[in-house]
Order: sequence, then structure tokens, then C-alpha cells
Amino acid sequence: MKRSIAPLFWLPFGAGGMLAALIGPALVLITGLMAPTGIGLSPEYMSFARARAFAHHPLGKLILFGVIALFLWHGTERIYLTLRDMHAAGKLALMWLCYGAAGALTIVTLAALAVIG
Amino acid sequence: MPPDAATAIAAREIVIQVLRYRPGTDREPVRQAYRVPFTDDMSVLQGLQYIKDHLDGTLSFRWSCRMAICGSCGMMIGGTPRLACMTVIREYYPGPFTVEPLAHFPIERDLVVTVGGFIKKIEGIYPYLIPKTQRRLDEGEYLQTPLQLARYETFSDCINCMLCYAACPQFGENPDFIGPGVMALLQRYNGDSRDGAQEKRMELVHTDNGAWSCTAVGYCSEVCPKQVDPANAVNQNKTRSALDYFLRFLGRPGGSGSAASGEVNP
Amino acid sequence: MSSARPYLRPVESLWWAHPPYLAYTLREATGVAVAGYALVLLAGLISLAAGKGAYEAWLGFLKTPWSLALHVLFLIGMIAHVWTWFQIMPKTMPRLALGERILPQRQITAGGLAVAAASFVIIFLIAKGTQP
Repeated sequence: MKRSIAPLFWLPFGAGGMLAALIGPALVLITGLMAPTGIGLSPEYMSFARARAFAHHPLGKLILFGVIALFLWHGTERIYLTLRDMHAAGKLALMWLCYGAAGALTIVTLAALAVIG
Repeated sequence: MPPDAATAIAAREIVIQVLRYRPGTDREPVRQAYRVPFTDDMSVLQGLQYIKDHLDGTLSFRWSCRMAICGSCGMMIGGTPRLACMTVIREYYPGPFTVEPLAHFPIERDLVVTVGGFIKKIEGIYPYLIPKTQRRLDEGEYLQTPLQLARYETFSDCINCMLCYAACPQFGENPDFIGPGVMALLQRYNGDSRDGAQEKRMELVHTDNGAWSCTAVGYCSEVCPKQVDPANAVNQNKTRSALDYFLRFLGRPGGSGSAASGEVNP
Repeated sequence: MSSARPYLRPVESLWWAHPPYLAYTLREATGVAVAGYALVLLAGLISLAAGKGAYEAWLGFLKTPWSLALHVLFLIGMIAHVWTWFQIMPKTMPRLALGERILPQRQITAGGLAVAAASFVIIFLIAKGTQP
């Protein structure tokens, strides 16, 4: 009996969802609201030097890759299923569009981290 | 007291819009309105029986126990999948309200839907205990603790009423989806500590029409009249199936690792 | 049954937009906030790789009212995600037992939300503690 390939996308969806549930709101507040406005957090929190230092560190790389990739794959699976519910396009076309975009962006993430070194 | 009692007491009335369909006569389903007198204790099933007995003998509908255990009288009442025997008319007063056959199933006639596909799916999941280890008669019964029973007990409460299939939009889109009710029955056996056929049943779960047609809408568990929680049956098997997808290569020869497949004793 | 002619009613194409399914569609829509936020972070990462000028342009964007409004929307989406995630999480697990007692699903949800709240606080403490 033919296995579905859905688990390939469901596990990253689940991991990303759990990660987003645990650290998502805090990250959005910190990087998107507090550091840019300087309210509650130093406006230098995300300065170029500090960001570079973070991205150079192996743990920093892991966190950046983990957060970006898992959040992306989580959102992609939900967007894919919702577009399918809405009959936006055929199943195969939607899979290529959604998973293809997520795959490409994952590679871009790796490339950016590699360039930073 | 009966609605057609002495005129001294005026019974309340409500209009029920029933979706009729007579194959050979109707090209497509058509609404027919019936004015039904009712008392506060009358169920929608009793309302239908009043229609059939006094207003229109041609109306067809399934019913049996009238106490929410046989699963026969499932239909769309006011747009929601409900058992007619378990739904009281007074909820919809002043009305009118609609009574239609169960959604997502072909209509045979009036409120009677085709259930053959559902029955076939039940037959396909090995719906019987296949013991892990056979016991001879002289060895006594298969023993089970209350906790082992509790792990699958709600899934054994299913009365096959198919309300969950009417609720499930993914079944509406894909009639080949095994569906919530049958998955609940599947998990009733896979989760039974006495059973040893988890892998046979998991083969069905791993397919696109198995657990993976489900998108966790959860409406099935909301409409279930017996609190079976079929959404739990389907979605816990997604976890199992997903882990098995990746861990199967590490397992025993011929199957998935024991931690990944089926239910294991506590 | 020579006149048997079963009639299958077509599924309404906008089923996902009405109750009782609208709540599910909105839950799934929180995925847009999660992915959207990841895209903003990715833009920042790319600009960081490109160099100081590009990165400071990204920081400048974060300060604009558009970005702040966007992140408020992201925050709302994230909070909705947290709430709905722990409602659905117990459904993906077999019946758990604490000792001899089956754990009710709402307690698993409550436990998950408590962990999320604790995690929120911990991250803030880390952020405050690692300020320049």
C-alpha cells in the first residue's frame, strides 16, 4: 500500500509550530518592537557588530537557521493546506509552489549563514 | 400531552423544511414544508414520525432505538449533523428549521443516505481483536488493567452514526478518506493491549487516504453524540505514522520500531 | 430498486469561510504570521551577510511605522498561534496517564500554555541580561 509523503512536511510543521509556540511571541516583541523603538530594550541590541558576533558563533548559527527554517516550514504547510481547502490550484501545482518556495528559502538561509562565515 | 388533544389547549406549531428526494420523480432534491404541532418534550424524530403518520406517508427516514444508541437517525438539523432522536424541536422555536440528509453522502431517498462505502471501510481495517499471544482455554482470560482499558475505551463507544463524516470537510472533498469514525474503530483495536495486529492496520493509516487526509479541523469530535473523540484517534496516528516514516529503517526486520507503531502497554 | 438514482450534493466551494469551519481557517491563517516573521528575519540575515550598509538599512526599515504595525500583526498572529496550538496538541497524542489516572486533554493544554508562558519570561530575562 502506497505510503503518503505527508510526514516529510508534517514533522517540520510540528517542530516549527512547537518552537513558534514557545519563543514566537517573545522574538517578535524583541526584534520587531522593543529593540527598534528602544522601549524596554537598548536600541543597540541588534547593532551590526552584535548581530555579526551572534551569527559568527556556532550556537548563533544554529538558532538563526533553526528559527528561520522551522518557522518557514511550519507556515508553508498551513498555507499549502489552506490553499488546497480553497481550491486555489491543483494539488501537485500547490505542492511545487509552496514546498518549492520553502525549499529555496531554506537554501538561501544556509547560503547567507555560509557567507557570514 | 399529545398535540392533537382537546382544542381547549392550543399546541405550539413549527414549520419543518424537509429536503425531499424521490429518485425517478425528482431530478434533484427539493424542500417541502410541514407544519408540525409539538410539545416541549418532543424530539425531531417524533416530529418526523408525526409528519409520516398524519401529514405525508411518503416521507422516508431511518430510525430505530430513539435513544441515541443505534446510530440510525443521523441527519442535518438546522445545518448541523445531529441525531434526530437526541434533538428537541423546542430548540428551533419559532422556526422554521431545516431537516436534510447527512451531508457528504449520496441520497438514496429523502433522508436516507447510502452507507455502503462506510461499511466497506469498517470491514477493511480488521475490526476484531487479533491477540498478541494466543491463549488456550485452560490458560484463562486475557487480562487487562483498568488503565489499559481507559487508553482505548472511548473509541469503543462509537455507534456508527456517521455524524463525524458529515462534519468532516476533508471527507466531503475526498470520499476515499478512511474518515474519523473508522479511524476511531481502528484505534480501538490498535490501542487495545491484547491486540497484536497494529502493523497491519498502520499500513492503511500511512496512506494518503489514511490519517493524512485529515487537517485537524476537529469538528468531528464536536458533533459526536458519544464523545468518542475521533479527532484524537486520527491525529495521534499522524504522530505515529510520521515517526514511523523516519524510524522504520532502524526497526525490527519486517516493520517499524516498536516505539513508533501502535499502542504499547504502559 | 430499478429506479435507484443516488444523488450526491456538491460540496460548497466556500465551506472554509463559514462557521463552523471559519475558526479552523483562522487558526491555519496564523501560519502566515509565523512564516511572514521568518521572512523578515531572513531579510535581516541576508542584509547581515551583505554588509554593514545593507544591515543598517534593514534596521532602519524595522523602525518605520509600517514595520511596527506589521510586527503588531505578527504578534497577534503568534499569540493566536500559541493559544490554538495547545488546544490541538493533545489531539495528536495518545491518552496520557498520570499514575493510574488518564490525563484530561484540557490539563495537557493548560500545561503547554504554562510552559509557553515560562518560556516567554525566560527569553525576556535572557534578552535583558545580554544587553550592551
